[in-house]
Amino acid sequence: MAEDSKKYFRLQIMTPERIFFDGQADFVEMTTSEGEIGIYRNHVPTTCILMPGPLRIYDGDQEKTAAVHAGFVEILQDSVRVLAEIAEWPEEIDLNRAEEARIRAERRLKGDDPDANLARAEIALRRALTRLEVAGK
Amino acid sequence: MASMRDIKRRRSSIQSTEQITKAMKLVATVKLQKARSKAEHSRPYSRFMYSTIASMLTRAGSIRHPYLQSGGEGKKAVIVITANRGLAGGYNNNVVRLVLDSGISREEMEIYAVGRKGRESLERRGYHVAEDDSDVINEPLYKDAMEIGGRLLKAYADGEVSEIYLAYTSFKNTVSHIPTFMKLLPLEVEKGGTEGADGASMKMTGADMIGADSMTEEEQATGRLTPMNFEPDAEDALDAIIPKYMTSLIYGALLEAVASENGARMSAMDSATSNAEEMIEELGLEYNRARQGSITQELTEIIAGANAING
Repeated sequence: MAEDSKKYFRLQIMTPERIFFDGQADFVEMTTSEGEIGIYRNHVPTTCILMPGPLRIYDGDQEKTAAVHAGFVEILQDSVRVLAEIAEWPEEIDLNRAEEARIRAERRLKGDDPDANLARAEIALRRALTRLEVAGK
Repeated sequence: MASMRDIKRRRSSIQSTEQITKAMKLVATVKLQKARSKAEHSRPYSRFMYSTIASMLTRAGSIRHPYLQSGGEGKKAVIVITANRGLAGGYNNNVVRLVLDSGISREEMEIYAVGRKGRESLERRGYHVAEDDSDVINEPLYKDAMEIGGRLLKAYADGEVSEIYLAYTSFKNTVSHIPTFMKLLPLEVEKGGTEGADGASMKMTGADMIGADSMTEEEQATGRLTPMNFEPDAEDALDAIIPKYMTSLIYGALLEAVASENGARMSAMDSATSNAEEMIEELGLEYNRARQGSITQELTEIIAGANAING
């Protein structure tokens, strides 16, 4: 047991509306601006910017997935803090809305409208895809 | 002396005022409970945001970044959060007075108003209102805070404003609300005695609002700070994080302001109701006295008349 407790770190996920998750985990996966990362205990202290993507929490053989959209993560050796502007559990996601958002964003990306904000459309598309991926299971 | 009819009319008018204030008090109480729980739910986020930013800046040592450097030429933007309605005691006035006493001259200040009452009274005093987001205050969303923060950051990046302040009422409990004036940008980083990674300490005006605590335990435990890595580099990370920090402060301030507004209105309406009750009671006594007086007078007149006939 003593060895086991060394494996775990504290994971906290906050959103402006609530404390989304607060508990222990031995492994977390998420998407940052530099790519997908996985975090174990005793990680080098790092601060990363989150991109829309699924966040997977592993605690022993339990696995939880959430959709996290914007924010950043502060990784310390024995704790990980995620400050997300939007975070959702799979059951909170409206699949129809996400599907619609995906279609809209794709249209905007394909369209020839020079005024269209491509960066925003891309973010919107990634959000929609994340939601679909997380909730689709 | 007022006649019976005058007193009666006054009493009934006060009675209907009392009904209104009573109803407003009930409404404010319900709204207060809702706003309070919302404000309380958002607090952990702002608190962690604050401690993360503080720990980041301490660990990162001396970073050069426009968000951390003061002293540009430009106006000073003030976000003024008040209510759209009055009848909340000194609530709106206190915030306005804070802005007037802030030591920033009228010409230098750009007002970003949230709440009609504050906008109107600052406009009347000749301040320039750059933007008005008064609809937001009814039901503040995180998205609203993002929009306000985004516009201000853009103005900051363009050099239109050199400093950003926030004036709102912080909510301590139902009866105590504290008008607060704080600086959002540039962040004030105070250098400690020695130059270097662990020499920098942070001073933020919002500190007592969110109560920074997390850093010290760790510092004590390890005796020194582990340097923080940033991915991408520190500058880009601050670029992304400081806007979120600002948004969270604005959002927190909006929620606290709504709670304070309803708290202030509730206590204002409570004292108005009890004042009305007191007045009604006094007028009741006065009315009875007047009625007694008029009966006595009538009797005296009748008796005097009868005496005159008999005599």
